[in-house]
Amino acid sequence: MIPLVEIRDLSKVYERGGVTVAALDHVSLDIAQGEFLSLMGPSGSGKSTLLHIIAGIDRPTGGSCKVGKVFVTELTESELADWRNQNVGFVFQSFNLIPVLSAYENVELPLLLMNLPGSKRKQLVNTALELVGLADRAHHLPKQMSGGQEQRVAIARAIVTDPFLIVADEPTGNLDSHSADEVLQILQTLSSKAIGKTVIMVTHDPRAAQYGTRTLHLEKGRLKE
Amino acid sequence: MNTATFIFKNASRNKRRLLLSVLSAAVSLFLLVTLMVVLRELTKPPADGDSSLRICVRNKISLAATLPQRQRAEIEKVPGVVACSPFVWFGGKFNEDEQTIFGTIACDPEKLPSLLQEMKVDPGQYAEFLKDRTTCLVGNDAMQSKKFKSMGLKVGSRFTVVSGIYPTKLELKIVGTYVGTIDDRNTFFHHKYLDESLQDWGLTGMWWLRIDKAESMGPVNTAIEAAFANSANEVRAESERAFQMSFVSMLGGLKELIGGISIAVLVTLFLVTASTMSMAIRERFRELAILKAIGYQRRELFAFILAESFGLSALGAIIGVGSATLLFHFIDIKKASHNIFVSFEVTPQMLGTAALISCVLGITSSLAPAFAVSRMSVVQALKTLD
Repeated sequence: MIPLVEIRDLSKVYERGGVTVAALDHVSLDIAQGEFLSLMGPSGSGKSTLLHIIAGIDRPTGGSCKVGKVFVTELTESELADWRNQNVGFVFQSFNLIPVLSAYENVELPLLLMNLPGSKRKQLVNTALELVGLADRAHHLPKQMSGGQEQRVAIARAIVTDPFLIVADEPTGNLDSHSADEVLQILQTLSSKAIGKTVIMVTHDPRAAQYGTRTLHLEKGRLKE
Repeated sequence: MNTATFIFKNASRNKRRLLLSVLSAAVSLFLLVTLMVVLRELTKPPADGDSSLRICVRNKISLAATLPQRQRAEIEKVPGVVACSPFVWFGGKFNEDEQTIFGTIACDPEKLPSLLQEMKVDPGQYAEFLKDRTTCLVGNDAMQSKKFKSMGLKVGSRFTVVSGIYPTKLELKIVGTYVGTIDDRNTFFHHKYLDESLQDWGLTGMWWLRIDKAESMGPVNTAIEAAFANSANEVRAESERAFQMSFVSMLGGLKELIGGISIAVLVTLFLVTASTMSMAIRERFRELAILKAIGYQRRELFAFILAESFGLSALGAIIGVGSATLLFHFIDIKKASHNIFVSFEVTPQMLGTAALISCVLGITSSLAPAFAVSRMSVVQALKTLD
């Protein structure tokens, strides 16, 4: 299988109050296209750091990270922003929807950067909302929805630009088990052969990790077999 | 949804704060425009068309120094001079204890119609004014003032006027009223009557002239000044407009005071707007971090903040400056200020200044939050959030 993500000798060292902390310690890893990878590990193990570097919102202090044909570690801030917009979908633990925008408008946000005509945006937003089963809630504000529904709107926002990579940082951390299952099933569907998205999920929950096709454990910045 | 809708929804998410911020900007800009209007009224006396044909001749040493009446014959001989009248600012009060003086001017009634050609007065009343040196002509605005009304003064009334400058008091009879001049608040009376009351004083405060055409202004001024050069009473001749402006320069302290207040208003306005923007952006730091993560660039986030800040100050400016413009357009400021001010006008220059201030305010108050957002690390922001 051709790897979508190629990580070689990746390191990330922080300076905190004069103390050097190695969040990632020479990590090498391949992630295949269409894979649903669960990253597990205790707090401070470096799993979120790894996720952020792959998604292009953080930079390593050593090593390389290639996603598709692009070395994300070599892009400028501006290039990274464009790259993220077109290729990465983000799902966060606390949903992070804009409270004054409806579900529809929240999903539409990444498309405003793409110079698409209104009709095309409408089509893409409706498709994304249908995929997460919230077409009937399009005009509801976040406060009018449950946590599970909000997270599904966040997933719709993550997939609306049709990115090949979806990164989810503790996506079920704030949800009850029923809502968590719904969200995980959607992520699983997105990584199915029919859709083919690559999903990388950070989780503490072993039950959630089981939805993935592979689970990796990190400890003290190193991958644990 | 488009970008403008997004910005509007963000800006109006806290409606009470938005309203208060816009109102504070509006009130500040209203106050600022009002100060500019007052300053203009104080420093730029309105000029009528004829003022370019009038000359004021005063003692070169000081405005307070007098001139001998014998100069009149010399001045009248200067080519271009059409009319010449003594002009004494009497500083009239209704009684010794009064603090406020009103416009009382001693002049030559024979020459007044030539000097103030725009003055409209009943010919019969003017004839009476010419006939009796103890009479006076009162401007309609003065006649309608609270003071005159409270004293029951009308045409035919007699009243005593005490000078705030000269050691005399005169009994005057009102024989008529006039309108049509740029300032209908003055009372004109006979210079001869003043002269007599001061035991043949033989002096005047200054000379008030009319010339034949605007082009004569320079040569006439030069000729008059030359005529009395090296005499005991050297003179300074200048256009009425220049004379008014020399008065204005005496208001330097007031100008500085108003300027100081204006700066204080501006600083307050800036602090209020900057504080509002900082609060609004701090509340939204999480959302801005998410926008950055999903691909929004620094420049786009800066544009959002700038547009919001700009919109807030522009809305405040429209309300504040608009209210001031409407108010000063419709209000009769003469009446409202009991004839202290003649006209309040919001000029295009003031509108431009207010617009410029509003723009600068919008930009500067967005700089600090925009800078913070541009420096924001998505990861650091997300760590604090999740």
